[in-house]
Amino acid sequence: MAEHYLDNSATTRVSESAAKKAYDIMTSEYANPSSLHSFGFCAAKELECAREKVAKTLGADSSEIIFTSGGTEANNLAILGTVEALKRRGNKIITTATEHSSVYDTMLKLQKDGFDVIFIKPDESGNINPLDVINAADEKTILVSIMLTNNETGANYPVKEIFTQIKRRFPQAILHTDAVQAFGKCEIKVAKLSCDLLTVSGHKIHAPKGVGALYVKKGVRLIPRTFGGSQEKKLRTGTESTPLICAFGVACEEIDTEKNIQTAKELNTYLRNKLSTMEGIRVTSPEDASPFVLNFSVLGIRSETMLHHLASKGVYVSSGSACSKGAKSHVLSSMGLSDDIIDSAIRVSFSKFNTLSDCDALIDALTGGMNTLAKR
Amino acid sequence: MKEIVLIKLGEIALKGLNRYAFEDALKKNIKSALYGCGYFKVSIAQSTIYVTPQSPVDMDEVCDRISRVFGIVSFTRACVCEKNMDDIFAKAPEYLEDALKYAKTFKVEAKRSDKKFELKSPEICREVGGLLLEKYPHLTVDVHNPDVKVVVEVRDFGAYIHAGNLKGAGGIPVGTGGNAAILISGGIDSPVAAYMMAKRGVKLTAIHFASPPYTSERAEDKVQRLLKKVCRYAGPITMLTVPFTKIQEKIKDECEEELFTIIMRRMMMKISSLIAEKYECAALITGESLGQVASQTIHAIACTDEASDMPVFRPLIGMDKEEIIQISRKIDTFDISIEPFEDCCTVFTPKHPRTRPVLRFVKYAEEDAHLYDLIEEAIENVKITELR
Repeated sequence: MAEHYLDNSATTRVSESAAKKAYDIMTSEYANPSSLHSFGFCAAKELECAREKVAKTLGADSSEIIFTSGGTEANNLAILGTVEALKRRGNKIITTATEHSSVYDTMLKLQKDGFDVIFIKPDESGNINPLDVINAADEKTILVSIMLTNNETGANYPVKEIFTQIKRRFPQAILHTDAVQAFGKCEIKVAKLSCDLLTVSGHKIHAPKGVGALYVKKGVRLIPRTFGGSQEKKLRTGTESTPLICAFGVACEEIDTEKNIQTAKELNTYLRNKLSTMEGIRVTSPEDASPFVLNFSVLGIRSETMLHHLASKGVYVSSGSACSKGAKSHVLSSMGLSDDIIDSAIRVSFSKFNTLSDCDALIDALTGGMNTLAKR
Repeated sequence: MKEIVLIKLGEIALKGLNRYAFEDALKKNIKSALYGCGYFKVSIAQSTIYVTPQSPVDMDEVCDRISRVFGIVSFTRACVCEKNMDDIFAKAPEYLEDALKYAKTFKVEAKRSDKKFELKSPEICREVGGLLLEKYPHLTVDVHNPDVKVVVEVRDFGAYIHAGNLKGAGGIPVGTGGNAAILISGGIDSPVAAYMMAKRGVKLTAIHFASPPYTSERAEDKVQRLLKKVCRYAGPITMLTVPFTKIQEKIKDECEEELFTIIMRRMMMKISSLIAEKYECAALITGESLGQVASQTIHAIACTDEASDMPVFRPLIGMDKEEIIQISRKIDTFDISIEPFEDCCTVFTPKHPRTRPVLRFVKYAEEDAHLYDLIEEAIENVKITELR
């Protein structure tokens, strides 16, 4: 059975060259980059080379890149590190109600600790009104954290507009954006975004799992959350995972944003058109969302049921939300959608490896499922 | 130093002429529980089972496994000595060194079932106690609340030194209580019900209803992992997976929404009792607890009960959820049970299931739906998995 992997927002296939790089580092350049001998120095050079590659894709300086174990750790470091550094200056934090759980749950923890956390809600189409955020900011605000692209709906948030306005009025506030779902999928230049902190992850752009990075603008002070060495400017201690980091570097080098967007747009439009002709399907992703993500609901059929049916036909997607036993997706709930739509949400996400035949396979399997599966 | 496990029998010792049947079953279960740990001689004498390793083994692992075998009230991990005071003197201080070094007080107990032994019990205590005080001068004797208890047992075939009894799992040996089939879905309750019946000597067969694609392979894998946890107590379990999709779809299409759950449960009982009979089980076990959900009211249970001719055991019937959870944590199934996968019971659940169904009407609905032809097909396609 042919495999149609349409779950690229969950993770992606590692590219051949990135995998090869990781293998080479593991088997030949395996020294500890902190070791003083020449072998260790070779590893250190590889590490710095990867750092430059990541920095270049973001338009940052290589000294501003901190490697972490992935997006979650980078988000935690950005938020907790900033709050620890600035908690004497104020206690207000602004974020959205639709962040990834690595931001959302961290914010809930801070709220419990007594911080005044404002969760901005999206409108029904899934978009964030920039004025809602800008008006919420004041001189007590120490941190604003807003994602660039939502992982469930693909909605693009107006981060640039929000950040430039807030930076002008309240320069003391630290501005963080979680760019995990936007990295490699739209033009990201840290200077243009006027952000202080920015999170990216490797495994969403064809690098292996277990590596990510946090961009920390020069002069921004974070208090470390882990201790025990002097790696990564003491912000992320412990021996660097050179194989994964170097593979990440290679994957960054391979990013061709223009081409990626073109592919995704073509697939997205094709799929949207097909879906719009089908009875009983409602697309939840906004029209102007990232072309890489498409969220829709097959009314009457639970996400998990449809997901397993699609998987049995070799089509792999995500359920937009957890099943009835678990919690409902906080993203879709905060958009004010009805339970029927949330319970039956399906998320499709593309990568450069997808083709129109994947979309056709999805449509075939969907149609089959809608005809055979019992509605609830 | 040679170590051995001495196992004290519980209720079994009170049995009459059929005591040997229980003892043999227990011996077999102990051997089965120690499968893969090494080679052991398991023998019985003086109401005690001796588990003697015949190859180098990990005694911590051995004791851990024995602590979960039903039919054992207590057991001890002991050091084997020759039956003379010189050997006891040589081994006692060393064997319990770790415990004695960090204790403040201790006492020595002696049990002499071999009355021909040179010293009497109080004399053994005095001699060994004196020796330990000499070796560990920081210790003092406290006969009421000692930190460490040193027990010297002189039995028919040897002398043993140990630090007191460990608690066993209790109950009676699995297999002596006959065979029964547990209906398991993947929730918190059914593994606990399985554990409780195994404790009363029941050998288990598990019946699981799967409804692909509404339920996934992960849900089935979850049930297997749950059963493997139960296996640590109940021994090997045969798991029978019944394909249930067609029946559920048919009920959904043909019957009133409010009756969906009750009819589904009746079908499960019906199929289970037929399968149970085929696999030589004499009863069914469910994890129902009175009033917990709509299908577990007295009326609903009366309706489901009628679907099977077999006795149905419901060991959790009078327990609170909290109490059930406590046991599920003890047997280590809780964390698996709460994994969020759809199971056959959550698919198509009606918004308002009937809490007081009337059997007569339920049966009419069931007959109208023509479900009985599908039962045979489901039973024919049962998938068998052996778990241990």
